Amino acid sequence: MGLRDTLLGRTKQVAPKLDNLFALPTAALTLQSELDLVSSGEAGLCFKAGSGEATTSTDDDLTALLDFDETVKVSITTDDLGFKWLVIDDPDISSLVTRIHGANTTMVEHGFGPRLLCAVFGFVPKTPPGEGDVRMVYLMKQGTFYPFAPTGNEQRNNELELRVRTFLEQDLAMEKELSRWMALWNLPVK
Amino acid sequence: MAKSDTKIERDHGLSVRMFFTGLALVVLYVIIISVLLSIGVGLVFVIVIAGALIFSQYYFSDKIAMWSMHAKEVTPAQEPKLHEIVDRLCLLANMPKPRVGVAEMDMPNAFATGRTPKHAVVCATRGIMKRLNDEELEAVLAHELSHVAHRDVAVMTIASGVGMLAGLVSRIALWSTLLGGGGRGGRGRGGQNIVLIELATIVISIVIYVIAYMLTMALSRYRELAADRSGAILIGKPSVLASALVHVTGDIGKIPRTDLRKTEGMNSFFFAPALAGGTTAKLFSTHPPLQVRLDALSKLERELNG
Repeated sequence: MGLRDTLLGRTKQVAPKLDNLFALPTAALTLQSELDLVSSGEAGLCFKAGSGEATTSTDDDLTALLDFDETVKVSITTDDLGFKWLVIDDPDISSLVTRIHGANTTMVEHGFGPRLLCAVFGFVPKTPPGEGDVRMVYLMKQGTFYPFAPTGNEQRNNELELRVRTFLEQDLAMEKELSRWMALWNLPVK
Repeated sequence: MAKSDTKIERDHGLSVRMFFTGLALVVLYVIIISVLLSIGVGLVFVIVIAGALIFSQYYFSDKIAMWSMHAKEVTPAQEPKLHEIVDRLCLLANMPKPRVGVAEMDMPNAFATGRTPKHAVVCATRGIMKRLNDEELEAVLAHELSHVAHRDVAVMTIASGVGMLAGLVSRIALWSTLLGGGGRGGRGRGGQNIVLIELATIVISIVIYVIAYMLTMALSRYRELAADRSGAILIGKPSVLASALVHVTGDIGKIPRTDLRKTEGMNSFFFAPALAGGTTAKLFSTHPPLQVRLDALSKLERELNG
């Protein structure tokens, strides 16, 4: 923020960085070979719905706006903090990433850009139970990924998360600031 | 329905008023320094003392505020919801996460302070967490985080520094008049002139003090409106912030003043002013009247709905 903005008490809205998303399919291969984790086939897009998005006041409007083809399974839910989740089903990780990116781009075009919080991709052990589920969270404003491995009862497997980071550092833009590895309890993405 | 972001973010009237308030404060700085120079003595002394006071107030703002509010820093395990809300807001706004605190008092309020965004602390009272729903609490925290992003502690410290300087000048002038007047009383016309000059200095610096104080308060009110605006834009729903304001301010009006006076010193960092001032106190108020804030928010709501 510049001096002028400070003096006048203004903040700029932050535009999302979407491009780093496309590195995920490569990282998915690493996750499979190193940690036996495969895509759960679900991804979610988390955003804060605000006033003024008049054309998208209902979940149906939003689905229509995003205009997915009929084969895609899409659902919209609202979490307990009032953030909306657009959840997409697609067994193929590459097309899952493409669909999430497409949804992002459409939302940015319609003025939702500053409202986007994160995208979440589910990963599950290929041979259950394994070490547990891991979600790869993509922070929209930072353009970085971090792993989130909830173990139930609002606990997370930090050791596994740090291991994921070690393996993926080469493939992905990982979030360096650990304080930004936000916990997403009860998230609707498997 | 794509709309330009800059149009929403800027409120020109507000910017212009803030600019002129700031300009007037700078002019006052110049006047005060010339008054100091006209006194001649103690210039270095005055500047060093005032500077040290202002700087420590600025540097330790987070600790002072936490201490005077009896607020304690809380971990995510202690207050998961509060942390979760702050986490998400900071990621949305792409700002560093401040420390999070809770003040165990029933008065519904919140404040944010700290010299830089990295050293900031955002704090809510137990009362506000009980009274507001999650979305309203989020709106209040967005308002507070906007204060952090706007660096309001730095801006308000510099601004109130003017008032402090003016106060010091008038006190030093008074002090030297009393001492000097007693010691040089018999020296005739020369001595009288000095007394007259010093009396004039006192009057002038008191007038400056009052004006500086009023300007600082005006600046504080504008910055409240600016934080309302940025906070509302961050959550995307001005109406939720408006409803939080109504709940908090409505309740505050009902609580007896005796409970509230304890927090008087903290007024300018609060979400809602702790003291319910009368109409005569308007010029000296740190926060704009509720109706002004609500009107600004509904104007913003209309803008967002294009």
